[in-house]
Amino acid sequence: MKTDILLSGVGGQGILSIAAVIGEAAVHQNLFMKQAEVHGMSQRGGDVQSNLRISDKPIFSDLIAKGKANLILSLEPMEALRYLPYLASDGWIVTNSTPLINITDYPDAEALQKALYSIPNIVVFDVDEIAKEVGSTRVSNMVILGAATPFLGIEYEAIESGIKRIFERKGPDIVALNLKALAVGKKIADASIHI
Amino acid sequence: MLGDEAIAQAAMDAGISGVYAYPGTPSTEITEYIQTSPKSKTDNIHCKWSANEKTAMEAALGMSFAGKRALVCMKHVGVNVAADAFMNAAVTGIVGGLVFVAADDPSMHSSQNEQDSRFFGQFALIPILEPSNQQEAYDMVYEGFELSERCGVPVMLRITTRLAHSRSGVKQRPEIPQNELHFSNNPRQFVLLPANARVQYQKLLAAQSQFLKYSEESTYNIYIDGADNSRGVVASGIAYNYLMENYPEGCPYPVLKVGQYPLPESKLRKMALECKELIILEEGYPLIEDSLNGLLGIGLKVRGRKDGFLPRAGEFNPDIVGKAFGFEIPENRPVPEVVKMRPPSLCVGCGHRDMYDALNEAVGYKSDECKVFSDIGCYTLGYLPPFRSIDTCVDMGASITMAKGAADAGLKYPVAVIGDSTFTHSGMTSLLDAVNENSPITVIISDNETTGMTGGQDSSGTGKLEAICLGLGVAKEHLHVLVPLKKNHDEMVRIIREEMDYPGTSVIIPRRECIQTIGKKKKQA
Repeated sequence: MKTDILLSGVGGQGILSIAAVIGEAAVHQNLFMKQAEVHGMSQRGGDVQSNLRISDKPIFSDLIAKGKANLILSLEPMEALRYLPYLASDGWIVTNSTPLINITDYPDAEALQKALYSIPNIVVFDVDEIAKEVGSTRVSNMVILGAATPFLGIEYEAIESGIKRIFERKGPDIVALNLKALAVGKKIADASIHI
Repeated sequence: MLGDEAIAQAAMDAGISGVYAYPGTPSTEITEYIQTSPKSKTDNIHCKWSANEKTAMEAALGMSFAGKRALVCMKHVGVNVAADAFMNAAVTGIVGGLVFVAADDPSMHSSQNEQDSRFFGQFALIPILEPSNQQEAYDMVYEGFELSERCGVPVMLRITTRLAHSRSGVKQRPEIPQNELHFSNNPRQFVLLPANARVQYQKLLAAQSQFLKYSEESTYNIYIDGADNSRGVVASGIAYNYLMENYPEGCPYPVLKVGQYPLPESKLRKMALECKELIILEEGYPLIEDSLNGLLGIGLKVRGRKDGFLPRAGEFNPDIVGKAFGFEIPENRPVPEVVKMRPPSLCVGCGHRDMYDALNEAVGYKSDECKVFSDIGCYTLGYLPPFRSIDTCVDMGASITMAKGAADAGLKYPVAVIGDSTFTHSGMTSLLDAVNENSPITVIISDNETTGMTGGQDSSGTGKLEAICLGLGVAKEHLHVLVPLKKNHDEMVRIIREEMDYPGTSVIIPRRECIQTIGKKKKQA
């Protein structure tokens, strides 16, 4: 198996916490993993991305080649589109629909929607709203990770155990809340895929 | 582990007694990893930040002088700051193993240039190691201390952003105990008086053939045979990965994977004799290409960054390398037009914002006669809208001295904007120059009590800035401390204007803690 994932968002949204869970699950499954992160200047409210590559064979490049990403997982809708050249022809986008507007020329909602829905393989939903329903906006990253689970090439249970290990120190309530968020996210993706 | 973390772990496992560094992307996480690891406490490993890269290098050399192993890390432009100590450490040589990590930033993700530190290593005539992945970074550092002690000189580890900030699984090796305190039995070694320095320099020159031998035998310089001899590929560091990414079933051409310098001459010669042309893949400047091609480029065809085979500037990726080797890169999915640029910006609630708001209003009415000289840090973002406040950003500390030079040239209102950490890194001597001539400049030390841009490391000057300025000779009545908040806006504007009108050196310190570090402290509490 081989899954190339592009995580995107705006500095401060916490894409790295999503990468950490997937990475933890992958390593626990004895898969090879490489994950390139962005640190430094761009973290201050700029666009950020992380290349996460998982494979059962050794991986060479830290960066994904154009047209090879199986999944773009984005916490911000415009940022999902920024990496479109990297998406494989049969790749999927899973993205938050809530824009983060910190620039003056941010596209208007209609144009953005149109661009998003012109992509056939896409799951778009208001991640923050769903996270609130689950119990806290702090678990929004796990909601969107849940929605991405059908495309990861890693079993759902492996992601669950990844969450358990990472959040173990914070107590059983936090673990349960994050697992719930993951499950709700997965349900949304499952519904979208079958449409 | 991040590449940076692998380096840190390897250094601890190899028995270092200290790490010395000033924060700088992409090298910062090396020192941070050691600071947060339990081993640094149980084994008493020095890991406090240094004031700048030069003091870091000197302290590391001092630790080596005392027989113990030391790690020193910095970003590529930090090597310029450390250069005096670095170049001379190659001449003195070492006692305890010393590994010098230079983290280059091709494509300038967080830097002013993309200089290639391998040239510094070559310049200093010391061995250089260049890993292609996180495991190699670990192994090279682990073995690098032994190599340093065997060679008697510091060893450079050259990495680039992509390796520093990418994670992968890393296997650790057994822990080596720290060295005992011991000294050189040669009393001349560290006293570089000309008479001694000449002797030491001859030693360094004589050792070159030994360094070359180690390179020839190194497991990091591997010759991989290929069926198609129309080309041979020399790939150094992570450039090797981008080559192999394009040939998942194996490269058809012979490949020389380079990870240790001086360059393995016999292996290069073998490739030159076997192949019609050589392709050089190296992240950074064309160092290998130039050394093979020479000035005249006569004879064997050498292709790389200089003949247009690959772009001259910027970091590689699988697509750039793939395209050069004739692979088709899919271009059917362009970035949609709705996607706009999203540059980084100062955080909402940041004190630098209030400082710039006040400064802009203060200089507004005489902007033709006023230029703002800024420096390296978060506040460099004051160049971007909505502030557009600054006219320069060159190197650590340059704000104050450039303002002084412009004042010498006749500029009426030179203003310098520098952060607290940058000020203690390289701005104090600049301020002394200004004070000594009572240069008519207004220095704003925008103090957020941390090293902000690199993620909030301790700043050497916290709590000491007024004392430092007064000690350097700034007049008490022209030293002001303000709190950069909206409610103090008018007062800030007034003081900046008054001090701009004062025809001597004045210092204004707007002080408010970085909101990122406040947030972090709250989380920890």
